[in-house]
Amino acid sequence: MTEKTTKATHPVLVFWIIAGWVGFCLLPWYMVDGGLWSFEWLLDGYPFDEDYAPAAFLIGQGEKLWLAPLLIALLLPLLVLRRAKSDPLYARILILSGALGFGWLIAQGFSIGIRGFNFDWLEALFGELEDRQFGMGYGAMICASSFLFLLTQGVAARGAINGDVFVVSAIGGVITIVTAFVFFPIAKMLFAAFVTEEGAYSIAVFFSKFFDDRLWGLGCFWGARCGAAWNSLFLAILVGFITTALGLCFALVVTRSGFRYKRALRALTVLPIITPPFVIGLALILLFGLSGSVTQFFAELFGTQPTRWLYGMPGVLIAQTLAFTPIAFLVLIGVVEGVSPSMEEAAQTLRANRWQTFKTVSLPLMRPGLANAFLLGFIESMADFGNPLVLGGNFDVLSTEIFFAIVGAQYDQGRAAVLAMVLLFFTLSAFYAQRAWLGKKSYTTVTGKGDAGVHPLMPTGLSIPVLTVALGWAAFTIVVYAMIVYGSVVELWGVNNSLTFKHYVTAFSVRFEAEGIRWTGAAWDSFWTTITIAAIAAPLTAAVGLVTAYLLTRQSFAGKDAFEFGTMLSFAIPGTVIGVSYILAFNVPPIEITGTGVILVVSFIFRNMPVGVRAGIASMSQLDRSLDESSLTLGANSWQTFRRIILPLLRPAILAALVYSFVRAMTAISAVIFLVSAEYDMATSYIIGRVENNDYGLAIAYSTTLIFVMLSVVALMQLIVGRTKIGRRMTQSRTNV
Amino acid sequence: MKKFTSTALGSLVALAASMSAAQADKLTLYCSAQEDWCQLMARSFEDATGIDVNMTRKSSGETFAQIRAESSNPKGDVWWGGTGDPHLQAAEEGLTMEYVSPMRDQLHDWAISQAESADNRTIGIYSGALGYGYNADLLAANNLPEPACWKDLLKPEYKGHVQMANPNSSGTAYTTLASMVQIFGEDEGFDFMKGLHSNINQYTKSGSAPIKAAGRGENTIGIVFMHDAVKQAVSGFPIKVVAPCEGTGYEIGSMSIIEGARNEEEAKKFYDWALSPEAQNLALQVNAFQVPSNKGAETSESAPDMSQIKLIDYDFKKYGSSDERKRLLQKWDEEVSVLPQ
Repeated sequence: MTEKTTKATHPVLVFWIIAGWVGFCLLPWYMVDGGLWSFEWLLDGYPFDEDYAPAAFLIGQGEKLWLAPLLIALLLPLLVLRRAKSDPLYARILILSGALGFGWLIAQGFSIGIRGFNFDWLEALFGELEDRQFGMGYGAMICASSFLFLLTQGVAARGAINGDVFVVSAIGGVITIVTAFVFFPIAKMLFAAFVTEEGAYSIAVFFSKFFDDRLWGLGCFWGARCGAAWNSLFLAILVGFITTALGLCFALVVTRSGFRYKRALRALTVLPIITPPFVIGLALILLFGLSGSVTQFFAELFGTQPTRWLYGMPGVLIAQTLAFTPIAFLVLIGVVEGVSPSMEEAAQTLRANRWQTFKTVSLPLMRPGLANAFLLGFIESMADFGNPLVLGGNFDVLSTEIFFAIVGAQYDQGRAAVLAMVLLFFTLSAFYAQRAWLGKKSYTTVTGKGDAGVHPLMPTGLSIPVLTVALGWAAFTIVVYAMIVYGSVVELWGVNNSLTFKHYVTAFSVRFEAEGIRWTGAAWDSFWTTITIAAIAAPLTAAVGLVTAYLLTRQSFAGKDAFEFGTMLSFAIPGTVIGVSYILAFNVPPIEITGTGVILVVSFIFRNMPVGVRAGIASMSQLDRSLDESSLTLGANSWQTFRRIILPLLRPAILAALVYSFVRAMTAISAVIFLVSAEYDMATSYIIGRVENNDYGLAIAYSTTLIFVMLSVVALMQLIVGRTKIGRRMTQSRTNV
Repeated sequence: MKKFTSTALGSLVALAASMSAAQADKLTLYCSAQEDWCQLMARSFEDATGIDVNMTRKSSGETFAQIRAESSNPKGDVWWGGTGDPHLQAAEEGLTMEYVSPMRDQLHDWAISQAESADNRTIGIYSGALGYGYNADLLAANNLPEPACWKDLLKPEYKGHVQMANPNSSGTAYTTLASMVQIFGEDEGFDFMKGLHSNINQYTKSGSAPIKAAGRGENTIGIVFMHDAVKQAVSGFPIKVVAPCEGTGYEIGSMSIIEGARNEEEAKKFYDWALSPEAQNLALQVNAFQVPSNKGAETSESAPDMSQIKLIDYDFKKYGSSDERKRLLQKWDEEVSVLPQ
C-alpha cells in the first residue's frame, strides 16, 4: 500500500474522473427512446437535439441551466491529480466534489419533474418554471456513479477502514443502490398508512386501521376466525420449524449417510424451488381436494363423506413446506459440508461415540445454518402469496390481505401499508431473535491449517429416523410432481382424462419457413422475456449479495447493523408491496423505469439479493479470518483477497445465490404482476392469466416446460461454477455403507 | 481494484438507461377482460387502423390500482373491459377523461345511462347478469334438490355447499350484496346475507373462483356472473346455470380513456371502434358470453337469454359511489362476516 501512495495519481481515481466528464459531455443526459441497445439517437440529431443532448451541450445552448453547478464538482477533482494521497487537501477536495455533485444531482432530480417544480415552496420562491425534465439517462447515471466513487475515495483517503478504497467504495455503492431501490420506494409506500382519504397526514388513521379485528381478532379460540396477523405468525413459525428440520434431514442424508441415491435425492430437493406458483397448489387439489383422488379413495374405503379439509391452514402448510424445504436444504448443505471433519475427528479421538460427537460438536457448529434456514422459511412463509391464494380457504394471511387491500374492491392503500408494517415487524423480530440465539460465539471451522478429514457418519439411532423422514417426503414430492406432469397431458383436467399433447402444441409450436424459424406458439413471447430477464438478473443478484455478505462478515464499520437491516428489508416485504411501491417510486423522474425490462431486473435483484447475502454470510462465517490476514500480510489488497481467497472458497454460496436468483426471477409472481407491461410480459403472469381463463392444461404444460428449462439451467450452472474442494480426502462413500 | 463494483454498477447503469418508447401511431391498451379476448381486440384494431397496440392484461382491480399509482405520469391510453365499478370509481377520482363518442346512438340504454352517471368518463361495452351455477354431478351425489331462486340457497340442506367471493375483495361479490339490498330492501337483504353466511363453505378472494371450484368438483354451488358459469359449461365441466326467480342485478363492463393519455387521438379511435358492431362481434370468437352494448351486435346462442331473465333496475350511480360502497361493506363486515358458521 505504501508504494502506491507515492505514485502520482491512482488509476482508479483517474478512471472515475474521466467517467464523470464522459457522462457529462458525451452521453445523452436524459433517457432516450427505444431501449437499451438502440443507438438511434446517434444518428438522430445528437448531440444538439434536446432529447439526446449531453448535459454540456444543453447548458451550452442555454437550456436546463440547473445542471450547470455540476461543472464545479467535475472541475474540483482535477486539482488533486498531482497531489499525494497523504496530503489532507486530497481527501478534502474529493469529499467536497463528490458530495456536492451527488447531492446536487439528487436535489435537482427530485425538485424538477415532468411538470416543472415538484414542490410548492420552490414555485413560491422562484416562480413557475417553464421547463421540465424526464428521467435520468446514461449520462446522468454515469455522472452519479462518478460522484459517488469520488466521494468514497476521498473518505478512504481520510483513513476510513484503514484507507481501503475497495471496501469503502463497495460500502458506498451498496448503500446507495439499497437506498434507491429498497428504502426509497418502501418509504414512499408506507407513508400511505398515515394519509387520510382527503390526502392529509394523520396518525389517527394509522391507529384506526391498526387496531382492527380482522387483523388481531382471536376468534378461532371460540369457533369464529382469528385475525390475519395471528394466522400469518403461527403459520410462519410452523413452516420455519418444519422446513428447517426437513432441510437438515436431507442435508444429513446427502453428506453423512451411506445412502446410495444421494444425487437423485439432491436433484429432487431442488424440484419445488423451480416450480412456478399455483402449480403445487393445483396438484394438491387434484390429490386431496373434495374431488381429489386420494380423498375419494379414502372416502370410499371408510365410507365417509369427503371433506374440504385441504382448504385452509393444512393445505397452505403442506404447500409451503413442499415449496420452502429446498431453501432450507440449500442453506444447510453448505453449512453441514463446511463443518470441519478435524473437529469431529478430534472429538472421536477423545473417545466420544458417534452420537456424542454429533450432539456436542457437529450440531452446535451447524447453528448458523439452522438459524438462517429457519429465518428464510419464516420470512418466505410470511411473504408467500400464491399458495394461500389457491389453498387458503377462509384462512386469511397478511400477504393475500395486502394484495386484496390494493387490488380488491376496497382500494385501500392505507390498510395495505398498515398490514405491510405488521408483516415487516414480524419478520424483523424473527431476524433479531435469530441473531440473539446465535450470539457472539465463533462457528469458524475452516482455517488455513491442514484440514484433511472426512465427515463421520450419523449415529445409527439418528440415521434411521432421518432417512425415513427424508425418503417419505421425497416420495410425496415425486407423487405431487407426477400429478403435475399428468395434468399437462390430459384433455380437460378432472373431467376428460384422455391423453393429449395439444397444450404443449398451443404453447410452444414452431414453424420452419424459408426465412427461418417462426415461433408461432402462444407462450414464446413471455418465455423469451422471462429467460432474458432472469439471466440478466441472476449474476447481478449474486454479485451484489456476495459483496454485501463480505462487507458484513469481514469488515467492521459504523452503522453496520443498520446496513444489514437494509439489505434484508426487501426480502421481508411481500412482493405485492414491492410491486406497488416500485410503481409509485419509479414512474416519475428522476428514476423513470416503469414499463421497461429494467424495473423487472431491478426488482429481482433487490428481492433476491438477501438469499445471496444469507448464503454468503453462513459460508463466510466458517472461513477463518487468518486466511484473509495471511493474504493481506503477503501484500495483497482487500480486493485481491476477496477475489483470490474468499470467492473460490465460496463456490457453494455463489451457486446457491445464482441458482436461487435465476429461479426466483422465473417463478416470482406477486411483485411481477404489477410490473409487467405489454412489451415485457413474464411467464408467471401469463400462466395466471391462463388459470383465470380455465386453461389449466395450458397453464400446467407451460409450468412443466419451465420446470425442465430451469432444471437444465441449474445443472449447467453447477457445471460452470463447479464444486468446492476444501482440501479434503475423498469421502468414504465407497468404503462405508 | 474496483473493477468488480464498477462492472456491477456499470451494467445496472446501462440497464437503467433503456427506456419505454412512445412514438406516433401507437396505443397502450390496459385490458381487463379475458386474455384471448384482449389479444383479439388488440390485433383486430391493428388490422383495422394500422395503429400499433401495446396491450397489458390485468384484472380490473389491478388495473385500477396501477392507473391510480401512475396518475402523475400516465402510461396507459385506454382501459377496456372489466366490471363497471372500478371504472366508475376512476371517473369519480378524475383518473379518466370525458369523451362523447359519435357511436353513442347505436348503444343500448343501459350503456348510455352508465356513461351519464359518470359524467361521460366511461361507457358500457357489455353487460352480464348475476346468478349462480351448480355442479350437477356433485348435486346428484349429495342428493340435493335443484335450486332455482335466491331464497333456495338459504335451505339448511345446502350447508357447506355454497361459495361466493368476499365482497371486500371482489367486485362480483359486491354486486351480489348490492343486488340483494335492491331486490329485498336493505333489512331483508342483510337477513338474506346472514342466512347465506351459514351455508357458505368459503368466501373466495376472486369473483369467478366459486364457479371454477365448482367446475373442478371442489364446490357445489357458486354465486357468480352467469356468463362465467356458462363458460364453464361450454368448456366441458358439468355446470348448470341458474337465473334466480326473484330477479337479479347485473354488471356493466366498461371502457374509459385515461386522463392525460399520451396518445389521445388513437385512444379515441379505439374507443369509437370498440363500440362498433364489428368489434363487439369479436366476443363470439373467444367464448365471451356477455351481452354487447351495441344494438346491432350479435349475442352468442349459448349466452344467457337476457329477455328471459328478470333484471332489476340496478342503481349504478348510488351503489357505485365509494360512500355507499364503504357503508355496505362495513355493515356486512360487522353484521354478517363475524357470525359463527
